[in-house]
Amino acid sequence: MSNDIILRNGTLVGSEGTTKGDLRIRGGRIVGRGDVGASSDGDQEFDVSGCLVGPGFVDLHTHLREPGREEAETIASGAMAAALGGFTAIVAMPNTEPALDNVITVSYVLAKGAEAVVDVAVAAAITVGRAGEHLTAMSDLAALGVRLFTDDGSGVQSAAVMRRAMSYAAPLGITLAQHCEDESLAAGGVMNEGALSSQLGLAGRPAVAEELMVMRDIELSRLTKCPVHFLHLSTARSVALVAAAKAEGLLVTCEIAPHHFTLDESSLAHYDTQFKVHPPLRTASDVAALRSAMTTGIIDAVATDHAPHASELKDLPFDQAPAGMLGLEQVASLTWEALGENPDPVRFFALLSRGPARIAQLRDEDSRVGLSAHGGELTVGDDANIVVFDPRMSYVVDRAALASRAHNTPYHGRAMHGRAVMTLVRGTLVARNGELQ
Amino acid sequence: MDWETGGEMISSIAGGNLLNIDDLTREAIIEVLDTAESFLEVSTRAIKKVPTLKGRVVASLFYEESTRTRLSFETAAKRLSADVISLAVAASSVKKGESLRDTASTIEALGVDAVVIRHQSSGAPHHVAAALPGIRIINAGDGQHQHPTQGLLDVFTLRQALSSRAGTTGSESGAELFKNLKVLIVGDIRHSRVARSDAWAYATLGSTVRICAPGTLLPDDVSTWPVEVMKNFDEALEWADVVGLLRLQNERGSGTLVPSLAEFTRSHGLTQERHRRLAPHVLITHPGPMNRGVEIDSLVADAGNALISQQVANGVPVRMAVLYLALAGGEPKGYSHE
Repeated sequence: MSNDIILRNGTLVGSEGTTKGDLRIRGGRIVGRGDVGASSDGDQEFDVSGCLVGPGFVDLHTHLREPGREEAETIASGAMAAALGGFTAIVAMPNTEPALDNVITVSYVLAKGAEAVVDVAVAAAITVGRAGEHLTAMSDLAALGVRLFTDDGSGVQSAAVMRRAMSYAAPLGITLAQHCEDESLAAGGVMNEGALSSQLGLAGRPAVAEELMVMRDIELSRLTKCPVHFLHLSTARSVALVAAAKAEGLLVTCEIAPHHFTLDESSLAHYDTQFKVHPPLRTASDVAALRSAMTTGIIDAVATDHAPHASELKDLPFDQAPAGMLGLEQVASLTWEALGENPDPVRFFALLSRGPARIAQLRDEDSRVGLSAHGGELTVGDDANIVVFDPRMSYVVDRAALASRAHNTPYHGRAMHGRAVMTLVRGTLVARNGELQ
Repeated sequence: MDWETGGEMISSIAGGNLLNIDDLTREAIIEVLDTAESFLEVSTRAIKKVPTLKGRVVASLFYEESTRTRLSFETAAKRLSADVISLAVAASSVKKGESLRDTASTIEALGVDAVVIRHQSSGAPHHVAAALPGIRIINAGDGQHQHPTQGLLDVFTLRQALSSRAGTTGSESGAELFKNLKVLIVGDIRHSRVARSDAWAYATLGSTVRICAPGTLLPDDVSTWPVEVMKNFDEALEWADVVGLLRLQNERGSGTLVPSLAEFTRSHGLTQERHRRLAPHVLITHPGPMNRGVEIDSLVADAGNALISQQVANGVPVRMAVLYLALAGGEPKGYSHE
């Protein structure tokens, strides 16, 4: 008697194309593919015909709020939200309180993450306290398995400090990820700068604040040969800059967040703080440019920038409320919708799984510490980190029903199309049809 | 396109809130002006009181000090016989960290019918309005966004002056005297909620509105505003029938946006020299408080074609009209954006 999980008659999505077939999972790994034979006593068999079966999603950009803001999210609750959204691995951002800028706090999150329902990797800070001055112990942190470093929440403002960080990081095999906003232009701003901010009397965060830092870091990456990953790009011009840098063969990658390709600044017309985020929601033409770039390969990853905030903080006047919104539980649906009339499943899994797994160095061929492999080809022998996505499934977002501790989703009441219906982490079914198992 | 309401314009504030001017139709503005005109007479009586809002409770909630606007609203409410609760922000639990919404809920529990709110955050009155759908909310100035009663009293004062000149009354003239009127708004437009209210009020009534300011004191983008930008102040003064001056708001950082106050006065101040060159029919407004010697010369401020003291005096009848319309002018109707 075996205790296998069998996924029957799915559309298996590889990085080159799709094939119809079954998967058999045992002992945390894929043990059979194609025609895997009949089930026997003790096996769990699921008919997944009509569904996409691919490598579990990987989120490059999750704010877990632990330590320091556990009322908004914990490592455990954030991981549960991730599992429901189809993720098998998430990268915890370092802007906790205290920041993840040293071996002790990073070890704490890794230890808690090891007990969570999905794999939790850590992005550590580039500078101590995210203050933009002294470099963190990148070498020691890399030895713990940290592969991404960022001061996210804000960018490294000083070009000299960023250059030093890149020079130090380049030989360590790690990537620096940047929140691109020049605070000398953006500080005090609360929404996109433009006609609407002028009319609403709100201070703007101009697009050029983001684009200048993208330009600067492209040039610093050229100089230092350090890989740089651009977090949550929000403007058409930023994406064009990255496209040009990629065409030159520079070591740059980028992600976009679901809110930036589904919502524009007009959502702010009634001062609803659920739509306040940094970088801010941009114009409709920026949204169109981002959506277009999703289909061409310029965008390496969709990443949530999942940013839980306690209700009492979001319930403040607009300029006083914190920036950020939830994303883990809806991002797959939003990405599927954004890919158009006939979404390409290969592109879908490139954006949500294979691209981010490559950037986070979580693939089978990457050197990992304590984490399983993600973003693979579903071949026999792979770690069984798998998502089953049903494009036919529709649901309506209910902020009260989210697994996140916080409720700050901008999508409350919105109908979504396509949903992760099964999430398997290391061979264990952790979420099914919107319920944790 | 009207961003704030998604194109949904308000044709009367009767029974509703007053949050913005840019979503009011011409009819809605004229209704306020005509109502205010009927209240003008009350201010001239020995007993300056009508029983219209007897038994109604109006709370004034001023998070930002403004003696003139608060006194004007409270006087207006009292002349309508409403009971007035004045929340002294410094003495309240606001200082203990109570949220705006909780303060608003407390006021609701006290049985208040209308809240007059002044707040340093743009959108704060909209926030309170969303929380308290059963209470009428009057925006008395929010951040750098809107100051609708100032806009209404400015156009009221203008109509008063123009109709008197034309030998008619405001009510009889309707919006006629605003047609083809050339209104120049000059100065710190970037930080000014008055400019945002005035520009739309004048434009909605049919006037042509132009703005003029040093580049750093212009809004970032005026493509959705009903205005044109003029670069040269002296040419703009030759063009204008009405010159609306604004206070240079040093507390909002205006001082760092111009090289010096003296240069601002030279480039955009209404000096005596410029005042002498104005055509005789040109009228001057300023919402106060003035920086005499900066945006306006002290003697110019007291000149015969300056309507500044009339603006202050008209604050009361215009705010009486707003409170009357909002509270007694009709059945409550929703102003929800949900």
